[in-house]
Amino acid sequence: MANGTSPANSAPGARPPVLSIERASRRFGDVVAVDRVDLAIGQGEFFALLGESGCGKTTLLRMIAGFELPDEGRILIDGQDMSRTPPYDRPVNMVFQSYALFPHMTVAHNVGYGLRQEGMARSERDDRVAEVLSLVELSALAKRKPHQLSGGQRQRVALARGLAKRPKILLLDEPLGALDRKLRERTQFELMALQARTGTTFILVTHDQEEAMTMSNRIAVMRAGRIHQIGPPRQLYEYPNSRFVADFIGSANLLMGEVVGMEAGVVRVRLQSGGQTVAIEVEAGVSFPTGQSVTVMVRPEKMEAGRQAFGGPNELTGEVVDIAYLGDLSIYHVATAGGIKVQVAMANRQHRQGKPLERGEGVHLAWHPSDAVILTE
Amino acid sequence: MSRDNPHASHAGRRLVAGVPYLWLLVFFLAPFAIVFGISLSKARFGVPPYEPLLQNGEVMAQWGNYAFLLEDPLYLTALLNSIQIATTSATICLLIGYPMALGIARAPDRWRSPLLLAVILPFWTSFLIRVYAWMGLLKNEGLINSLLLALGIIDEPVQMLQTGFAVHLGIVYSYLPFMVLPLYATLERMDLSLLEAASDLGARPWRAFLTITLPLSLPGVVAGFLLVFIPAVGEFVIPELLGSSRTIMIGKVLWTEFFNNRDWPLASALAVAMLLLIVAPLAWLESMRVRRRGAAR
Amino acid sequence: MRRLSPWLVVAMALGYLFLYAPILILVVYSFNESKLVTVWGGFSTKWYGELAANDKLLDAAWLSLRIAAASATGAVVLGTLCAITLVRFGRFRGRLLFSAMTTAPLVMPEVITGLSMLLLFVALQQLTGWPDGRSALTIAIAHITFATAYVSVVVQARLGQMDRSLEEAALDLGARPLRVFFTITLPLILPSLVAGWLLAFTLSLDDLVIASFVSGPGSTTLPMVVFSSVRLGLSPEINALATILLGTVAFCVIIAGIVLSRRRGERA
Repeated sequence: MANGTSPANSAPGARPPVLSIERASRRFGDVVAVDRVDLAIGQGEFFALLGESGCGKTTLLRMIAGFELPDEGRILIDGQDMSRTPPYDRPVNMVFQSYALFPHMTVAHNVGYGLRQEGMARSERDDRVAEVLSLVELSALAKRKPHQLSGGQRQRVALARGLAKRPKILLLDEPLGALDRKLRERTQFELMALQARTGTTFILVTHDQEEAMTMSNRIAVMRAGRIHQIGPPRQLYEYPNSRFVADFIGSANLLMGEVVGMEAGVVRVRLQSGGQTVAIEVEAGVSFPTGQSVTVMVRPEKMEAGRQAFGGPNELTGEVVDIAYLGDLSIYHVATAGGIKVQVAMANRQHRQGKPLERGEGVHLAWHPSDAVILTE
Repeated sequence: MSRDNPHASHAGRRLVAGVPYLWLLVFFLAPFAIVFGISLSKARFGVPPYEPLLQNGEVMAQWGNYAFLLEDPLYLTALLNSIQIATTSATICLLIGYPMALGIARAPDRWRSPLLLAVILPFWTSFLIRVYAWMGLLKNEGLINSLLLALGIIDEPVQMLQTGFAVHLGIVYSYLPFMVLPLYATLERMDLSLLEAASDLGARPWRAFLTITLPLSLPGVVAGFLLVFIPAVGEFVIPELLGSSRTIMIGKVLWTEFFNNRDWPLASALAVAMLLLIVAPLAWLESMRVRRRGAAR
Repeated sequence: MRRLSPWLVVAMALGYLFLYAPILILVVYSFNESKLVTVWGGFSTKWYGELAANDKLLDAAWLSLRIAAASATGAVVLGTLCAITLVRFGRFRGRLLFSAMTTAPLVMPEVITGLSMLLLFVALQQLTGWPDGRSALTIAIAHITFATAYVSVVVQARLGQMDRSLEEAALDLGARPLRVFFTITLPLILPSLVAGWLLAFTLSLDDLVIASFVSGPGSTTLPMVVFSSVRLGLSPEINALATILLGTVAFCVIIAGIVLSRRRGERA
């Protein structure tokens, strides 16, 4: 995990993949929007494609839906090659970012539109529409038109419409982007409950890492058309495989250095600036050659800052240059003696801590050898 | 990002694009080739009143009609006259239309639609009848002269009908809605907080208008000007009904050559000349404007 | 709400007076007893009676209405196809020519359009025997051709505004492209088709110049009759006709205005 090999590129073993993407690429002119992506998603997963705008996540989603065809590679849904299948023949439905509710149809007609295309009998269709609307708690609004609904209600209509055909996969393109903060938080949990109840595979596209981490069981981090790392939220946060992922998910202190020795699961790294040597625990079997340039990643909340020396194996000294007071915790910006800037996050527990650190104070920094990760990419 | 549906069938697309394409090729583009061809021919008595271009396998093209257009000063005068009249009329339209458009754009919400509708309404009524209305007002025994005589302002009727004044008036009256609509569209879109910012920074209303509103509405000014200028420059009905033999405009000259003199080849040559000298520059200007607007988006 | 400056109010009032005074005077004089259009001879509706008895004018009006309805319908079909091609098909070979041909009629002087259409019909008849002389058919073809450009502009604006993801959503829910067009696209652009049809109808009904070029002996349209009678001088019958036209248009526009403002909320 520490060596940049991407773990668990395939879905968890118990679940057969409902979606497999094999070396799929999509180019627009000179721009490679999706670059040789491999991906397998298991039945019933809540999967998130996470990345900044322009990273190719939306194009990848549109390729799964069938709006973009891969220039190379394959897309298999439930084992069937659907690379060339038009959107209307794919067992996949989408919740659009703009919701794309048909403005000239009532809520019930919107939800029933897909069923009508299937040629489902009217009575059965009415039952299904009623069932899905009650699932999203919109039964009372079935006769309304989209412009008579609030933003949150529209979002739920879009969701109901996407679920009505019981697709194998529901694609969600930034589904919470248009909602305000409070509503977004509540809707996150509603979405998770809905996913658990229907058992449908959800694939979510988002640029919001908090959203991805809250809702999904696995996340793929994308940049420049490529997937950098796939894994459960905890794994991505605790054991990022690259400086990019470490920096993108949460905040990270990245210390450059050079390997100077290895012994019994502990790597010693001399930091580029300052010249201190620090120790980092690694898994058994992982080894680094002496002299290799590496980055040591320590999360701000895993570092400690205090007036006295800690006496552990990893210790730096520095000066507090800025303090961001956030209520529950404070972020201390510390300039080390070696000239690196690091952040330390500490909970504000007044009675245990004594007088809080102040700007301009000299401090000692420390972290446990098992709380750091060595990155080579 | 390309958002064309990659699955739309080729046959379907061909049909959708092909039908209007073919129609326009046959009924819009091809006629111009024929006009050009006939402009190289000679007039004759008969049906049709021109000599065929191909006679015994020989092409009988000649540039005599174009030479004639250059020789007789009538045509150049008509062209310059048309441009002058269209320019002046469009400018007057702008002076009348700008305050109207500004007033509508700044009026309370519920008033805007009816006010705008009131500007468009005359456009949906007959153009011919609107010109006709002015004939009744302008002639020597007309309402305006009668009124002025009754008030003692003038002693004898003023000649207004069949003057350049009447032609200008007719064009301004007929095409005023074309000026107001694009102006309204740009003025209505304008962010009013810009004016508040200007006033906050010390600009008095008049200065704020000159330095903020007017420059921002320039695209609307250009659009409105062209929308009036373009139909005015080739106008036939207005100079025919309101003008005299002294107010010659190029559209009326073409009509006369065709219907009165039955000189189809000369009329064709005139049409080609108009295309090159008026339509082509206007089309180029219009495409530049559209492209710039597209780029600004 | 800011108050309008008094200057603007005065300028607007004068502008509307300028627009409507001539029309209102026309209407008033249509009820004039006197034959002299400019002298008030008492209230009368006799010119409406004479209008109703003027077969030539009524025939022309009926012909014009039929031509206008046919050309507007044809122009809406062609103009919509043009708009779809220009807005949705991206780049294709011959696109530049296509877009030029759909815009050029907008800047083309009517005398040139009329002349070129006539010469085309003459040449076609010489070559193929069709069309057999000039008639209502040739007028309709000419009107369809130039009105198509106007319809195309109106529909393009609406299509361009439309959220593309609506059509994608329909595809995603299993509707084939043709079905998507009829269940989603068409209902959503329908207002622009109606507006385009009305515009094309008015353009055709109002056209004197092009019709004069391409009409035949048996196909005299209303504007041609009005024009020849107006050229001879003022006629109270024309005032009466103008009043009827204005009344009809005002009525339709007001009804349309009410319907549109009621439906505004449903816009995409």
